[in-house]
This record gives sequence, C-alpha cells and structure tokens, in this order.
Amino acid sequence: MISQLEQIKNQALAELSTATTVDALDSLESAHLGKKSPLTLLRRELGTMDPDARKSAGQAMNDARDELDSAFADARSRLAAAERAVQLEAERLDLTELRAPIRRGSLHLVTQARDRLEDVFVGMGFTVAEGPEVETAWYNFEALNIPEWHPARGSFDTIFVNLGEPEEVMLRSHTSPVQIRTMESGEPPIYIVAPGRTFRTDSADATHLPAFNQIEGLVIDRGITMGDLAGTIDEFVREFFGGEVKTRLRPSYFPFTEPSAEFDISRPDGSWLELGGCGMVHPNVLRNCGIDPEEWQGFAFGFGIDRLAVMRYELDDIRELVNNDVRFLQQF
Amino acid sequence: MKVLLSWLREFAPDIDGDPVELGERLSALGLAVEDMTVTGEIVPGVVLAKVLDLRPHPDANKIQLVDVDPGDGGPLQVCCGAFNMTVGDLIPFATIGTTMPNGMEIAQRPMRGQMSNGMCCSATEIGLGADSDGILILNDLVVDGAELGMPLADALGIVPDVLWDLEVNANRPDAMSVAGVARDLAASLGVEFGFPDYEVAASDETIDGLVNIEVLDPDLCGRFAARVLRNVTVSTSPQWMQQRLIALGMRPINSIVDISNYVMLELGQPNHTFDLDTLPGGHLRVRRAHEGETLVTLDGVTRELLPTDGVIANGADEAVSLAGVMGGETTEISPSTTNVLLEMAWWDPPSISRTVKRLSLPSEASTRFRRGADWGESIDRAMDRFVQLASLTGAIALSGQVDVAGNTPNRAPVRVRSSKINGLLGTDLTPEAMARLLTSIGFAAVKVAGPGGSYLGVTIPTWRWDTTTETDIAEEVARLYGYENIVRTVPRAAMAGGLSPYQQDRRLVRQILVGAGCDETLPMPFLAPGDLRRAGLPEDGVTLSNPLVAEESVLRTSLLPGQLKAIAYNQSYGSTDLRFFEIDHVYRPGPADSVLPDEREFLAVALTGHEAPAAVAVLDLLESALALPNVQLRPSTPAGLHPTRSADVVIAGRVRGNVGEVDPSVLDNYGVSGRVAWLELDLENVLNGPHGNRKYTPVSKQPASSIDLAFETADSVAAAAVEAQLRRAGGALLASVDLFDVYRGPGVAEGCRSLAYRLRFQAADRTLTDTEVSTLRQACIDAVASKTKAKLRT
Repeated sequence: MISQLEQIKNQALAELSTATTVDALDSLESAHLGKKSPLTLLRRELGTMDPDARKSAGQAMNDARDELDSAFADARSRLAAAERAVQLEAERLDLTELRAPIRRGSLHLVTQARDRLEDVFVGMGFTVAEGPEVETAWYNFEALNIPEWHPARGSFDTIFVNLGEPEEVMLRSHTSPVQIRTMESGEPPIYIVAPGRTFRTDSADATHLPAFNQIEGLVIDRGITMGDLAGTIDEFVREFFGGEVKTRLRPSYFPFTEPSAEFDISRPDGSWLELGGCGMVHPNVLRNCGIDPEEWQGFAFGFGIDRLAVMRYELDDIRELVNNDVRFLQQF
Repeated sequence: MKVLLSWLREFAPDIDGDPVELGERLSALGLAVEDMTVTGEIVPGVVLAKVLDLRPHPDANKIQLVDVDPGDGGPLQVCCGAFNMTVGDLIPFATIGTTMPNGMEIAQRPMRGQMSNGMCCSATEIGLGADSDGILILNDLVVDGAELGMPLADALGIVPDVLWDLEVNANRPDAMSVAGVARDLAASLGVEFGFPDYEVAASDETIDGLVNIEVLDPDLCGRFAARVLRNVTVSTSPQWMQQRLIALGMRPINSIVDISNYVMLELGQPNHTFDLDTLPGGHLRVRRAHEGETLVTLDGVTRELLPTDGVIANGADEAVSLAGVMGGETTEISPSTTNVLLEMAWWDPPSISRTVKRLSLPSEASTRFRRGADWGESIDRAMDRFVQLASLTGAIALSGQVDVAGNTPNRAPVRVRSSKINGLLGTDLTPEAMARLLTSIGFAAVKVAGPGGSYLGVTIPTWRWDTTTETDIAEEVARLYGYENIVRTVPRAAMAGGLSPYQQDRRLVRQILVGAGCDETLPMPFLAPGDLRRAGLPEDGVTLSNPLVAEESVLRTSLLPGQLKAIAYNQSYGSTDLRFFEIDHVYRPGPADSVLPDEREFLAVALTGHEAPAAVAVLDLLESALALPNVQLRPSTPAGLHPTRSADVVIAGRVRGNVGEVDPSVLDNYGVSGRVAWLELDLENVLNGPHGNRKYTPVSKQPASSIDLAFETADSVAAAAVEAQLRRAGGALLASVDLFDVYRGPGVAEGCRSLAYRLRFQAADRTLTDTEVSTLRQACIDAVASKTKAKLRT
C-alpha cells in the first residue's frame, strides 16, 4: 500500500509539473485529489486493515495528501501570477496617448482678486455689502458731502444716464454710495467692505477702463480712531501682500472723510506705490445717514481691484480683463 | 501748483536741504509732489562762445562751418547743422569731452572731410527750454561781466533751483500760492515765515472820486477792493519775471498781464485790470446777471448769462466782466492804456463753480476762487505787491483804496475739544501742543474755560475758506503732527465677519460652473445702439448722457449681447468649443416710483457648438447643486432664443429665466458660427428665493425591482409630462425614473418617438412582491396612456 501510495503521489506530482494553466491544474487537482481520485479510493481500503497497519497507512496517506495539497497550492499561485502577468502585459497603455479631457473652467482674474480681498476682510470681522451700479446724485455725491457746486465733483469724471433730471442719475463713480446705503439701512456698529464695479469717463487704453472694480471699507463704532484706520490698513496689507510690505498714510482730501489720506504700500526696491484713499468718516456724512457723530466715529477706505490683478500677474494691458479672450481666461 | 525753491525762500529764507527730502516733507503735508525738476544745472563743459566766421561746407549743403572763439581767441572750427547765427553772436558751446544731458559725448571728429571741434547748442540740448530750432543766441541774455569761455550758468547768471509740481487738494486754497506753500513748509521745518515789505512811495493824488463801486448782491461778492494806477505802459516784463512765470507754467504776455499773474501765483490772489478810461465815472456795479444778458469775454466769445452768474457792470449797467471767471472785451487793457483800475475781490465759491462748469471756462483765477480765496489780508498785500511791481515799470499808484464789503464767511472762534481731537486721531496731545501746531500756520488758538471744561477757541484764518469745523481743525493738527506719528491700532469687530448666504451661494454657483468646465467672462456692461435689437431683445436699455464712444452708450438689459460679442471675438481668433459663464448686473426699466432702473444680478451660460440639451444639463446641475425646488421648463419662445428649441425656466412657480439655444438669426447678426446653447437666470431672485432645503430620507436596505417601459409618445408631448405621470402613479415606492433612450424611426409611428424609461421600485421596510411590482407597473402604464396618449411599446 505504501508503495502504491508513493506511486500515486509521484504520478500526481509528475502530471502537476506539466500543467501550464490554472484551468489544467484544476482538472489535475480534481483527478488526483477529488472524490474519485486513486488517493480517495485507496483510503477506502483502510477499513479493511488491522488497527496498527491502519494507523501507519492512514498517517502516510494524510502526509501524501498534505504534500499534494501544498504542491497544488504552490503551482496554482505560480500559474495565477504568470497568467496575471501575461494579462497585464496585454493591457499595457501609453498614458500620453489620446484621452477624453476633463476640462477645468476658470474664475475671472477680477473675481479671484475680489474673493481673496473679501476673505481677508472677512477674517478681520467684516461682512460684504453690495449696492447698485446706477445711482442717484444723493448716494454718489450729496450724502457723501459733495454738494452740487463742489469742485471735487468735476474730478470724478462721472458718466450720467438719461434718467430723471439732468445729472440726477449716474453710473456710480466710486463704491462709496454703498457706505450711505449701509448706514441708512442699518445701525452701528458697522464693519463692511463693499466691492463692485465703478465708472469714469476714461477712454479704454492699456492702463484705463471706463468700467473698473473697487473695494470700499467702512467701520463705524464707538471710539474708532485714525490710529485704527492706519492699523487696519496695515493688517490688511500684511495679510494680502505679505508681512514684509509696509504702509504709509499721506494727507489728502476727500469731501467724505476728514482727516483724509492716501495710503501707499512699499515696493521691494523701497519706493512707494499709491494704493488708495482713506480717512475718518466726515461728520456730515454720518449726520446725512442719521448717525450722531458725537456718539459714533469711523473710517473708510477704498482702492482698485483690477490694478491688483494687473500688478500680481504683470499684465501689460488692462483691457485683457474685459476682452474675455479664452486664451487669456484659461491662464488663471 | 508749481513752486520754485528760490521763490519759497523769499518767504522763508531758511528753507534748505536735499530737494528729495524737502519734496517728501511737502508730500507729508498733503502737498503731494507729482514731479520734481532741478533747474539751472547746465552741463559742465558748455561755455559762452562767440561766432567769428561762417563758411559753407565745401562738400555738404545741410551743414556749415563755423569758427568760434571759446575763450582762447580761437578760431576753432566746428561743423553745424543750424543756420540761424550771424557773425558776432554769442552762443552756448559744448567743448570737447563734454557729456551732453542725452548721454552723447562731444569728441573731435571729421564731418564730410572737415574737422569739427565741439558743438554749438540749441536751448533743448542744454536743458534751457523747449526750443530746438537753431542755436540758442545769447546776445541779450548774458549778465554784465560775462566773458567768453565762462561756464554758461555763470555767463547767464543762472542759479540752480528746484521746481516742484504739487498736487493741491480742493480744501487747500492757501496752497494755490507760493507763499501759502512756503507757510506750510516753514511750519513743518520749524523755520521762520514772513512776508516782505512791499511799500512804494505814496502818490499825492488820491483815488477819491475816481472810482465808484456798488456791490448789489453781497452774497455773491464778499469784498471788492479797487485801486488806480496812472502812467501805465504796456511793455515786456523783465527776464526774471518771465522765467518764473514760464517755470510755473504760464506764458508771458505783457508787463501788466504778467504782473497780474505773478501776484496771483505768489500770493494766491487773482486780480483783474480794467482800462479805467473805458469806464465812465469809474463806476462798477457788482450783481448777478440778468436772464439772457450777454457779454463778450476776453476770448472774443459772446456769453449768454444766467442769474446764477456774477457780473461786474459799468455805470450804464452793462456787464463788462464775468465775475471771478473772465474779463470783458470792452474794458480790456490795450497797448494804449495808461490808466488802470485794479480789482481784487472775493467771490462766493459755489457761484463761481456753477458758472465755470456751465460755461466750461476753467482758468487759473477761477480755480482759486472756486476753492475759496482770501477775503482778508491777502487782498491788501496783493494790492501792495501789484503796485510795487507796476512801479518798476513807471506806473504810479494813487493813494487810497476803494473797499466795499459784502457778506463774508463767519470767522468766530471754533470750539475745539482736545479730547475730541485725540479721540478722533488716536493721539495724546495736550491742548498746548495742539495750539502750537495750529499757530505755526496762522491759526489763532486760545484756551477758554467753559462750563463743561476748558477748550481751545480756534480762529481760522481767512485764507482757509474750506476750514470751518472742529473736524477740519483735527485734520490740521494731524497733518502738522505727522500722520506717520499716529500709533497704529486695530479695532476688533464685536461680531463675526462673513459672507451672506447669497454671497456664499454665488461663489458656489461659480465653482460649480468652473468644475463643469466653464470660463468666467466679465464683459463691460455697455452696449452699442442696436445691439439689443440685433440680439432680438426689446430696445429699452438705459442710455448714457455722456458716453465716450457710441459703441458704449447703452446699458445691457440681458447678458446675451455681451456674451455673443465675446464669442464672436474669440471665434475671430480661431477659438472653438467655448464654454462661458457670466454673473453680473443687468439694468432693466425700473418701476414707475423709482428714478433708478431695475438692476439685478443675472447668470448666463453660453456653450458654443452645443445644442439646447447641453444648456438644460447645466440647469440640472445647478438645480441639484442649489437644491432648487420644482424646476420646470415651460414651452415658450423667449426673445433672442431659438423659437423651437427654447423654454422658460420656471422655479417654484415663477419664471426665472430661459434656456435653449440662441436664435440662428441672432447668431448671424453677431457673426457667431455654429450653435450656441444658452441659459440665462435671474440669479438674484433665484438665490433669494427658496432653495437649499434638503431633507434626510433613510436609505433603503431592501432589494429594488427594476422594470423598463418604452412609450410611443407624440412629439407634441413633453418627456417631462410622461415622467410626471410615471412619478405620480409610482408614488412613494418609485425610487427613481431614468429616461435612458429616445428613438425615432422604423417601428415608431410618424410624429412620435419612443421614450424608454427604467423604473426602480423599492420599499423602505420590505421586499416588494412580484404582485406589488406588477400592479405598480400597470398603474404607470395606465397613467401615461390616459394622460399623454402615449402607447406602451411591446
């Protein structure tokens, strides 16, 4: 029996080594280890043997089965790996070949700059206010302490529209009307920024557009000082441009702020770049909005958004911002 | 306003230092330096020379040979391309080795075979003016004692000077004068400031009886002062005066006009001269113009006047001058004038502003009156200065001044609380420190004990018309204290910052569309006349009153025209497959009770080379991203869109936009090729309306049963109607409906298409039985058949 067992086993191992596919191996396994295999049939003969012989024969049989099981398992994993390797090789792809694109769209540069500015100010506790682009003289001028005869009116180069009385309705020449609308409709304390489009009678050229974007800030609270204004601008500039950029305020004049200032930021070469205007909200402006200047004070500031985009990407022509050339848009 | 350092020093001799640093000081005072030029610096090596001989060049027509004496007796030969010299002329001569301002180095070199040993210079070449025609002839310009070979600056007596061009703000009438700038700068530097003495010998003859001034409208004219000059000769002004006028940007005219301008620039007081002999009785009446009154101004233009204008009339009540703006022709100084009435007045700034604006007549004088000139000491000082300068030309001023007062601004002391100023500025200045700062520029500040504590009584000088309140004075304190010295602090808002829900949703929409491969465009909101019509839209856009160009004279009522222009622009550069979106304002006719248009934020999506369903797919994307409730496409023919491929977008029962394709004829009008799928939504109303309400529904763990149903459906029946019936009949157990195939062709009746749906039925709590599913299936078929007449295909 033992020799028979040895023969069966060797036969199985010999055939096993000839299998070249997992399928062939499966049928060999079934033939040599299945219910009708010689090994299984041999086991039936154990019952006829005396106990001692049965014990040793049974042990030999188990050993042979274990040996075959293990041999088949090894062969299977070897063949499976080889088959997988063949399959993977057959699937080889050139990843630089044609592929269906997933196209990324793009946010306009002005939107990107505006969002970033909003985020910086939101982080400083501001909310974002908006207002109409077509405005009345009250919001664009009068409430801002610029009476009808004031020389400053001329400096705004206002575009008027054919609504109402002559020069009663206009395309807002700054975002400051949003200050008035915010103060009229709400109560202090107020911490807002107001981004939006503004208009001037500037012919479009490489550095000018008749429609461009500004952002305005307004803070009205108790005990707000000019030191707060300078500090807020400083903090914003550090956040937006980076910690090494410095700011300075120079006296200037706007009818709606007093004291008024221009604010500059430092360039890497040490020179200064004028960024915008600012100042303490004029008491007349507060009064025009029903706010008592003895109780509340505040500051306002404003500057151009488009210019920041132009500066950041070193655009050589601001008109690209409104041409909407897809070859330009998709760069950002 | 331009100022010269040498002129500033006439008021504050101790102003000194590096020109750049002085310029920064001026900027820090609010007098921003826009430009700075150091003048009178002539390149070393340019000397005074004399022309000894002029000879034709033997081999060239366009240059000649010049022998000069550069100080060593000469003759030194040079080749020169100018022909305006004559023998004996004094000229600027650049010697060999000189580096010219333009970088050129003068060397000995032959020109067409003739040696040139230097260069004769034009005014431009040596920075002495704009004249580049010919060589600068110096015969009349050299100083006494000038010798040949002298450095040119010495020969001309030119002293280096600094010219600053300052930006003077509207609230600084005082700084529209050399003296006013000097006052500020001296205060900032802590040096003495004062006015020179302008006294001239008094005439025996007095003005009494020669001049009769009436101020009929005292609100127009706060003060009218007049003096009389006799023995006036109209000639050329001295060089020094001409040079200063030119430096400050004015053109020398004649001795009288030049003195007038010089005094204005120096002291800020505009003035006007009348030929006294053209004014019978020396009579002037100051009043507002009569409606329809006319006046021929100095420029020869006939002006039609309104009562908002101020005039000066003669004794016959005929206007002879447009007050504060421009003189009249009939009383103008002429070469034969000998007797002059000199006027210095103070005009109400708003009145002057209105006239200047209405007649578009800005001038140096009116610019000063508009900001508020001085009604006080400047008038008297400017009178003295004018008379003094005129006396240098031989004119004699009669003694006495006629001075008529109108209404002048109130200059009672302003109550200034140091606590308020410190509270506004964030400073900690004592009242005494504030008083010192204010006094340094001519304000008077006195400490006053009041019932609520002491304060400063501040008297504002008459040359600061715009300055009237405590806050104005705070600005002066801040300016002189130095903005840079204010300690920086940061206020902390008591509330949290953030974007509004609308602003957050708008950002979400942008991000969704960018994710969907769309590029954000931002055209300007202007349209050309006819753009709306060409887009098939009503021509009801708001028009601009003063457009720069006709192409930008109408405000858009829809984003469609701008998008079509952007597409056409890109197609012209060969770009295809454009996927654009835009979120921006449109301006539609407003409600009757408002003067403003109905301005709202819209969203547009334009996909070139795509048919309508591509735009509907974008709408579906937004519907799911924003959880828009009950979005329906209502059959419609929106203006500008394809009549058979477009629909209104109805959200929660309200029309909020349209979707489909752009009308092919509109595309033709804009030169756009291919199809354009289009979506436009009233984003403001969509985002301000109900949306974003998402409710949790437990996810079923039970198996689902899917069935497919295909219906032969008439083309006139919307797929949405079939789906609606399926959903109604399927009820709560219908988990999803998916239209997976649309088929037209053999096997389907003409005028119909097959719509194939996959329905998935599922219960939350059990496995549906075959009977249940079959009952639901039949209910769906019956509902579709009875409501849409669509037949089940088998």
